[in-house]
Amino acid sequence: MLAGGKLALLSALVGRMYYLQAIESERYATLAEDNRINLRLLPPPRGRIVDRYGEPMAVNQRNYRVVLNAEDVKDAEAMLDVLGSIISIGPGERRRIMRDIRRQRSFVPVTLRENLNWDEVASIEVNSPDLPGITIDVGQSRHHPHAVDTAHILGYVAAVSENETGNDPLLELPGFRIGKSGIEKIHDLALRGTGGSSQVEVNALGRVIRELSRQDGQPGAEVSLTIDLGLQQMVSRRLGDESAAVVVIDVHNGDILAMASTPGFDPNAFNKGLSSDQWKDMVSDVRSPLTNKSISGNYSPGSTFKMVVALAALDKGVITPKSEVFCRGYIELGDAKFHCWKKGGHGVVDLDKGITESCDVFFYDTALRTGINRISAMAKRLGMGQLSGIDLPGEQPGLMPTHDWKRAVMGIPWQSGETMIAGIGQGYMLATPLQLAVMTARLVNGGFAVVPHLTGSVKTSGAVINNNPVSQVSMDLSPAHVALIRDGMESVVNDPRGTAFNARIDRPGYEMGGKTGTVQVRRISSAEREQGVRKNEDLPWKERDHALFVGYAPLKAPRYAVSVVVEHGGGGSKVAAPIGRDVLIEAQVRNSAGRGVEQPAGEAVGSGA
Amino acid sequence: MEEHGLHRTELTLMQKLWQIQWIFVLLVCATAGVGFAMLYSAGGGTAGTGNIDPWASRQMMRFGVGMVLMLMVALTDIRLWLRYAYAFYVLTLLLLVAVEFSGSVGMGAQRWIDFGFINLQPSELMKIVMVLTLARYFHGSSIDDISRSLSLIPPLVLLAIPSVLVLRQPDLGTALMLIIAGASIFFMAGVRLWKFGLLALTAIGAAPVIWHFLRDYQKKRILTFLDPESDPLGSGYHIIQSKIALGSGGIFGKGFMMGSQSHLNFLPEKQTDFIFTMLAEEFGLIGGLALLCLYTMILVYGFAISLRCRSQFGRLVGLGVTTTFFLYVFINIAMVMGLIPVVGVPLPLISYGGTAMLSLLFGFGLLLNVYVHRDVQIGRRGAGEEL
Repeated sequence: MLAGGKLALLSALVGRMYYLQAIESERYATLAEDNRINLRLLPPPRGRIVDRYGEPMAVNQRNYRVVLNAEDVKDAEAMLDVLGSIISIGPGERRRIMRDIRRQRSFVPVTLRENLNWDEVASIEVNSPDLPGITIDVGQSRHHPHAVDTAHILGYVAAVSENETGNDPLLELPGFRIGKSGIEKIHDLALRGTGGSSQVEVNALGRVIRELSRQDGQPGAEVSLTIDLGLQQMVSRRLGDESAAVVVIDVHNGDILAMASTPGFDPNAFNKGLSSDQWKDMVSDVRSPLTNKSISGNYSPGSTFKMVVALAALDKGVITPKSEVFCRGYIELGDAKFHCWKKGGHGVVDLDKGITESCDVFFYDTALRTGINRISAMAKRLGMGQLSGIDLPGEQPGLMPTHDWKRAVMGIPWQSGETMIAGIGQGYMLATPLQLAVMTARLVNGGFAVVPHLTGSVKTSGAVINNNPVSQVSMDLSPAHVALIRDGMESVVNDPRGTAFNARIDRPGYEMGGKTGTVQVRRISSAEREQGVRKNEDLPWKERDHALFVGYAPLKAPRYAVSVVVEHGGGGSKVAAPIGRDVLIEAQVRNSAGRGVEQPAGEAVGSGA
Repeated sequence: MEEHGLHRTELTLMQKLWQIQWIFVLLVCATAGVGFAMLYSAGGGTAGTGNIDPWASRQMMRFGVGMVLMLMVALTDIRLWLRYAYAFYVLTLLLLVAVEFSGSVGMGAQRWIDFGFINLQPSELMKIVMVLTLARYFHGSSIDDISRSLSLIPPLVLLAIPSVLVLRQPDLGTALMLIIAGASIFFMAGVRLWKFGLLALTAIGAAPVIWHFLRDYQKKRILTFLDPESDPLGSGYHIIQSKIALGSGGIFGKGFMMGSQSHLNFLPEKQTDFIFTMLAEEFGLIGGLALLCLYTMILVYGFAISLRCRSQFGRLVGLGVTTTFFLYVFINIAMVMGLIPVVGVPLPLISYGGTAMLSLLFGFGLLLNVYVHRDVQIGRRGAGEEL
């Protein structure tokens, strides 16, 4: 009986075994594979960014980091003491390291320090007998070799923040970087590539035993820009410490050849991780180094806007080339007095003289007769008051006011006086340096609505996608009117009475045309006006005028347009025009010399003085 | 009533050696051999490798010592065991008490005493000594004695004291084995079934009280048994991983030393309690059944030897040892297949562990002894009459 009972129980075991191993076997086999096999994601190398000639602007650099394998180190604190005598480890860093060691499983290496320089790598290697469990590991990190010179174009990469996690599993990789601004952000998906995967066998603790199979991902695409790196560097350095912006554009196809905004920042520092002090300094700097002023800086266009006013007036037949206005140094409207920049007045002024000498009274009068709606409409045809659609994040649309706009936004009707100051590019209207460059390009390229862009092509391993500029749309302007405007701009620089005559280029074939602008950022009281307006040099920086210049070259067959804005720089003629001149010379020299050969800048600059 | 020795009463050493069931010894060796192979496989880190260290080598050494012990026990006079059964009982009981005070804690329970050369686990030894003790008691009882309920009280006390001590360690599996093996000796001695029924009812009535005394981890184990998936990374982990390993082995297994679950450490305690899972993963249903066949043959021999014995003491010892062995096999295999809760009972002759191996071989020594002395007549009060 006892034996029978035991037999029954043994049969139960056999039955159970049959159930598990024969009937349910497949299900359990799958579960066992799930246990055993772990899919590891392989991050693809981020695509390079190069300039129009293939010169690298953003690359991946070998990143030497020192890691600690906790399972080989008995006393981590003592080990850090030894390491601390070779590379200094701060108390905060030490706390972070000890926390990581405690949190991670012992076979996951803990990164002690990234981006070691060569000396540090060498001294750690030399001392390696004293540092068991400490190894040097090589990874890849994004590097912008021209750092500050290209900062605003390229933007920067940084660790993924919590609200950015999307479908891409790459984003969950520890240490993965994504583009946070600039081209790095706009083309982030293409630059990122697709992750590969590696099937590895792991044990119950998650330690990798061996690799079973590997599927390589697709490296990120190479993005080539329309930027000419040499010109970009020259522009960035020419601006120096000023709070300023310059845009150089090809007037025929909209290629942005250079786009600088100063002061800049070091994008590599973002990749490594900024300290909170560094961040605070940048955010609180009045010269706003983080803002790309070329596309996000809203400025009153000042006298550079006078071409738009004139073109609107000609277009609507309000003035003819022969129309004359008498400038006494001011004009009255009701009780208000509107002053010309020249105290004694310009006397009899026609269109050509108005532009050449930048007579304010001529444009007060012309604007009043043309009307703000028509002026704004013309400005929009030239690309102002709206987003240009450039391939960069953070562009500002600027502002071209109309009667309707003011009623809608402020709830009060438009005043005639506001039309008058709009005539000299002051008041409500705002434009970005990019828009000023586009406007100039559209004025001198024969009447086509060029669209600015930075991307030349995106090259993946399979294909090259060229960013062909959209077919140029004619703006339907009268060629005769445009020619008049161009004549005016030619005289501004090349006529001895012109406001930019001192900044002219006298090298044959390289001459430029342009227009200066000086934008007042403070109110000048009538009392001050009588005592004599204070000079910019005597004012605090924040109250000085903005200096503007737009220009193009060569004079006869325009190819390059430039816009220059120097915040609180002073006069457009004195400060902005010389920068425009140097930039246009460099652009032409670089083109005629072919790529890569840099002419000594001193020679060219000297010729303009 | 006392019959004086037949011609077989006193055997020479050579005669005794001749009487040993060598086929049984062979079966035991074969089973242990399977164990060595599995421990060799378990010793290897990654799939496809095995290592004789740290387990297989030491297990072989112990098995060698155990075999010598087994044969020595088999050749001693059976009456010695009868005479000193109570003495062994008291000695083992003292060891169990000693564990209470000085035992080292392993796996959250006090089970071992370190003697220097061996970590003794008195509860394992008690399983066999219990068999001896109860057989001794019932050998001295007539059928009439057994039918009197009062006469059952001393053996019940004898059984209860070590059971409670083991439960306190706490070692639920061993306590259960002691009780079930003891109960089966009561049954084989002729105690009526209804008395078991009564006791069982009392036990069920006492269940809530026992539940109250169980340690948290024991409660958890029982709850986890009822629904292992409820806690896949906690207590349920063992049993889920064990079922995965078993099931994924399929009919023919993954091959020797190729078990992914065991070699990648998903399977916990693969060298001790869960070694059957490893075997079934690597050799599949076929391997599992083959091992069960070996065990069944050992059991059949055990029963045959017991029933062939003329003395009540020998019969009870034989059946008790065989039942204890069966309980090892059944509880362990049922546990790893998720049929009963995880209670921590090793797979006999195969799981890594010294005391269990030595106790079992000691038991088998007694079994062989019973066969050698199958025709020896033993008096009610022990063997004193003949000597």
